Amino acid sequence: MSDFQHQAIQLASQQQGSPDWLDTLRFEGTEQWLQADWPSRRTELWKYTPLQALQRHDFAHWGDAAIESAMSVPLLEVDAIRLVFVNGVFVQELSTHAGDDATSSVVRFSKASPDQRAVIAKHLGKVVNTQRHLFASLSNAWVHDGVLVHVPRNTVSEKTVYVVHISTPGVEPTIANQRVLVVLEENAQVELIEHFVSDADVQNSFVNSLTEIVIGANAGLQHYRINLEQEQQIHIGGVHVDLSRDARYSGFTLADGSQLKRIDFQINHRGAGADAKLNGVYLPRNQQLVDYHTNVEHWAPHCTTSEVFRGIIGDSARAVFNGRILIHPNAQKTLAEMSNRNLLTSDKAEVDTKPELEIYADDVKCAHGATVSQLDQTAMYYLQSRGLSKTQARTMLSFGFINELLQDLPQVAVRDYLINHVTTLLGIESLE
Amino acid sequence: MLEIHNLNARVEENDILRDLNLTIKPGEVHAIMGPNGAGKSTLGNILSGRPGYEVVSGEVTFNGKNLLEMDIEERAREGLFLAFQYPVEIPGVSNMEFLKASVDARRKHLGLPEMSSFDFMKLARETSKRVSLDAAFLKRGVNEGFSGGEKKRNEIMQMMLLEPSLCILDETDSGLDIDALQVVASGVNAMRDGNRSFIIVTHYQRLLDYIIPDHVHVLAAGRIVKSGGKELALELEAKGYSWLDDEVA
Repeated sequence: MSDFQHQAIQLASQQQGSPDWLDTLRFEGTEQWLQADWPSRRTELWKYTPLQALQRHDFAHWGDAAIESAMSVPLLEVDAIRLVFVNGVFVQELSTHAGDDATSSVVRFSKASPDQRAVIAKHLGKVVNTQRHLFASLSNAWVHDGVLVHVPRNTVSEKTVYVVHISTPGVEPTIANQRVLVVLEENAQVELIEHFVSDADVQNSFVNSLTEIVIGANAGLQHYRINLEQEQQIHIGGVHVDLSRDARYSGFTLADGSQLKRIDFQINHRGAGADAKLNGVYLPRNQQLVDYHTNVEHWAPHCTTSEVFRGIIGDSARAVFNGRILIHPNAQKTLAEMSNRNLLTSDKAEVDTKPELEIYADDVKCAHGATVSQLDQTAMYYLQSRGLSKTQARTMLSFGFINELLQDLPQVAVRDYLINHVTTLLGIESLE
Repeated sequence: MLEIHNLNARVEENDILRDLNLTIKPGEVHAIMGPNGAGKSTLGNILSGRPGYEVVSGEVTFNGKNLLEMDIEERAREGLFLAFQYPVEIPGVSNMEFLKASVDARRKHLGLPEMSSFDFMKLARETSKRVSLDAAFLKRGVNEGFSGGEKKRNEIMQMMLLEPSLCILDETDSGLDIDALQVVASGVNAMRDGNRSFIIVTHYQRLLDYIIPDHVHVLAAGRIVKSGGKELALELEAKGYSWLDDEVA
């Protein structure tokens, strides 16, 4: 057992007022966390992402709701049910919704009605495979509060659900736990935006975030997960999705780098005819690291997957992309595509990309590819031949490379926010 | 305007232009014709400064300045424009942003104030109408998913917006139907003002029915083997290029 494992569990036991109906999950999580082998360089899932940053700090505290600093953080301008957590603590003042209305589709675990508790108990911790995802068992051990989005049968939720997690630095390093559970019943539909952000100060916290999503038959989720924390932040997160028959998941994720940022997406096609789309962008700079691990498993026939990830890696930053698609024997007529393209803008930048396709069915169509390259020289020449400087041309092409995935995002507020973020990051002025 | 003196150039170790001489005065339209592989496109690429095209010897002065010493973008800002034979697709970069950036760069160089976004968008929309390109193309990625003809009209639109002093059209007419060809030609003709000069590189005489050149040159094996007036183009159309073989030798 590592020191961090021990320390984290000590902290879990100090948490006050955790709902007792979640005791079982906490107990199981604690057991699994303490028994798990701590990852080393030889652990395949953590090969390129060392966890030393976690051990460097002495995380002796839970965070608290530092409202003053959190107010400086720009949020999305979107008409939504907004729940804001600061350092893992719900903050009513920044939210549009208290998350305590048992008749609403959005409720906090701590305020759930008996019916909602039943939904939580049925699904929470059940979508994620804790054997494969070490930090999920830590999340289970810590589970205290969280957000349940439960959309009933044949209901289209008019309002977007916007869950914000703001980090602010504490006097001493702190830990924050963020937990979301989405359950869509048959034919239900909703849009969820998860936004992780920090104030401008140098951060010293560790955020462990886990989102589990259950999409019922013919139901659909539009999901955004945005990770823009300041660079000293440590973030380990996971999104785990179960798709029933004809269910649709459309996900978009974007991450700036930080000293340690690891995000896993696990998508399970469990019913026939399900469709999953996942696009992602990562933009590490300086000494930052971003690691995306995606694992899409086809268990049923006639399902489709489309996955596109692009990254620009600058300075001495590092990116890891591991995209795996696994087609089980039953999953005939699968259609799956994955592409990963990387742009290195410095000699010291590094990317480790590994697309993996494992196919155990004989009637499927699958394609995957990964590229690592510099900017297109012909396009550079074309732009310069119109009077743009080399720097301008480089910036414009880098922006275009990313904007291809941003420009068609259906949620305009997210699209504009991210385009603005990327233009600022690349140092360009926008026309409009 | 432009003086090319004994220009020798190579691409990937192959000598393409050999002792090429050409003088273009303000307001003149020069057509450059010739068989495939004669070096027609190389000339435009060398003048615009394309990487990979190496000048071995010779001099090129543009408005009295040494063109060969300038960076690609400096040549453009000085007023040299090359309409590409194969315009480049740049997905994710809106045509409008790209056009504004290029016009800003040119205006800044000329000491003119930057245009406001509003004025520029208005001008761009008017100009797109002049080349029969739907204004929706301004919002799309640069040349992204444009047909061949749309790409060429986009080149002409850029030329109109940048108001260069020397325009080089590199086989802009290749692959165009007659409607698109007329759009290109009327764009060029509208820009002829007695000062602006043109080099029209073409494989086909057809374009020269619409853009009447002052001079026609035949480029073969890297040098100009024959020059004449507009009637030379007709002669070439009728006889092909083989009768010139003697003159090359």
